[in-house]
Amino acid sequence: MLKSGLFALLMLVFAHTASAALNIEIIGAGEHQIPIVLVPMGGDEKLGQAINEVVTSDLQRSGLFKLIDPAGKSPHQSAEVSYPDWQVRGADALAIGTVMPLANGRIEARFRLLDVVKHTELIGQAVSVADGQTRAIGHRIADLIYEKLTGDQGVFSTRIAYVNRQSKKFSLIVADSDGYNEQIVLAHNEPIMSPNWSPDGSHLAYVSFETGHAAVFVQSLYTNQRKLVADFPGSNSAPAWSADGRQLAVVLTRDGSSQIYLMRPDGSDIRRISFSGGIDTEPNFSPDGQSLLFTSDRGGSAQVYSMPIEGGAAQRLTFGGGTSYSPRYSPDGKSFVFTHLIGGRFSISMQDFQSGQVEALTEGGWEKKPSFAPNGKLILFASEARGRGILATVSSDGRVKQHMFTQSGDAREPVWGPRL
Amino acid sequence: MKKIIISVVLLNLLAACASNKPQDTAATTAPATTAATAPKSEASTNGATTTQTMVDELNDSKSILAGRSVYYPFDVAAVQDADKPLVQAHAKYLNGHANRTVTLEGNCDERGSNEYNLGLGQRRADGVQKMLELGGAKAGQLKSVSFGEEKPKASGHDEASWSQNRRTDLNYAK
Repeated sequence: MLKSGLFALLMLVFAHTASAALNIEIIGAGEHQIPIVLVPMGGDEKLGQAINEVVTSDLQRSGLFKLIDPAGKSPHQSAEVSYPDWQVRGADALAIGTVMPLANGRIEARFRLLDVVKHTELIGQAVSVADGQTRAIGHRIADLIYEKLTGDQGVFSTRIAYVNRQSKKFSLIVADSDGYNEQIVLAHNEPIMSPNWSPDGSHLAYVSFETGHAAVFVQSLYTNQRKLVADFPGSNSAPAWSADGRQLAVVLTRDGSSQIYLMRPDGSDIRRISFSGGIDTEPNFSPDGQSLLFTSDRGGSAQVYSMPIEGGAAQRLTFGGGTSYSPRYSPDGKSFVFTHLIGGRFSISMQDFQSGQVEALTEGGWEKKPSFAPNGKLILFASEARGRGILATVSSDGRVKQHMFTQSGDAREPVWGPRL
Repeated sequence: MKKIIISVVLLNLLAACASNKPQDTAATTAPATTAATAPKSEASTNGATTTQTMVDELNDSKSILAGRSVYYPFDVAAVQDADKPLVQAHAKYLNGHANRTVTLEGNCDERGSNEYNLGLGQRRADGVQKMLELGGAKAGQLKSVSFGEEKPKASGHDEASWSQNRRTDLNYAK
């Protein structure tokens, strides 16, 4: 609750984030946390403070860091650092630096990450952004720290997409990985579903009902130009890009029940690849592009299957009772996440391909539509709190959960974007 | 007879008003059955029951055709026995009124994934379409679409709401 208050205050301070108006709650913590001190940057104190808030919340959200209070000390240059002061506080790493507006209108941060135990510099880097993108500097620095200290790729500078439903109004939204910096890609009074990123992050494919039925559009996030790529009678839905960006899998009912087809992202060269009498939907390409995960009720209830993209025999993967939906490969292709519905409760589960072992990542309730962060360490999903649809993340080990909620309306159908 | 004709004309006008206005928003809201319900109260107050032969029976509130929704159990797409007479009556009506067209709008409750429910809603609508065709309606009179779980009529997270949302609506073009 204290945290919500803090973020509410932040919203007032930074006018440009007021529209995003997100509130973040963190639940649980990782087992091995790296103790780190983040000293607010010197130079332009206000900018330094703003960046510090972003880096702090990013690192906290990952669950992998223990943030130690600088307690009034504020070195900004390496020469000002007295290592014993920080060793005494139990810190392993110390982040310092300065930030200044430049004459050309850009903002430049000079950032250093120091190893408190070895008394060495781990990173010394200048990051500059256009005016008004202070948060982007924060995310970049958080990524640098995360990458150096955990050995995994950072995902704080990535973006997410989701649909916001407010009474009868639907908006397709793209936002920073922490939910701030919302941009409305499309808004109208008909449903929008299933946004999906092109692998280079330049386009979104999605389903819109604006023509009176479900049809698939592809829209550039740079020019906002869009193209109707699947508009056959019945329903056109569930677009999914291949990792090389050359193919789009879609689900069409033009030949009967929902079946999976492949086409080029411009809608040409369409060919059917699934042949069942059931509902085959929610295709997701493997990272190597050779196979698809999908949801099918061909066996009598909705379960997760895989099949080679050249067509051929499908293999059922989920057997855990109840029904399973919305599968997505992990970035390393070794496991997949899915929505599991059993006993009236939806939860997010992860299954290992080799061992077949299933792990429930959430307790169960109203948790749907998972997607991996590009580094595979976090999973974004749709949840519900206080009667509203919200966005949430869970670490891939299930230890750290984070709720984000938009100020009004229901957030649904989230999907994590690629690293750019 | 003159009086009756006037009331019929009036009735048609009312039907036109009732149907044209909500049409722009109809797609976003519940499927419009307003055309069927608006004139019927008018008809009864005018004592126009004797004009039944001249009035489209689709607009008769006492006809089985006044029913425009088919309901389902959870994760089921087959038309249930209780609703078969309704679908068959619409099939017969469409067979006798070749100029009428109807959109079948499949809907689902919120359990399942949005995409799975889109497929399920389509299957529900397609099932009604097939039954209408078997009963004598022509394919050209029929169009089936799915709204999945995207346009719930009732918004509660309980069976009372869900049972209303598992539905195919027969939405006649005006």
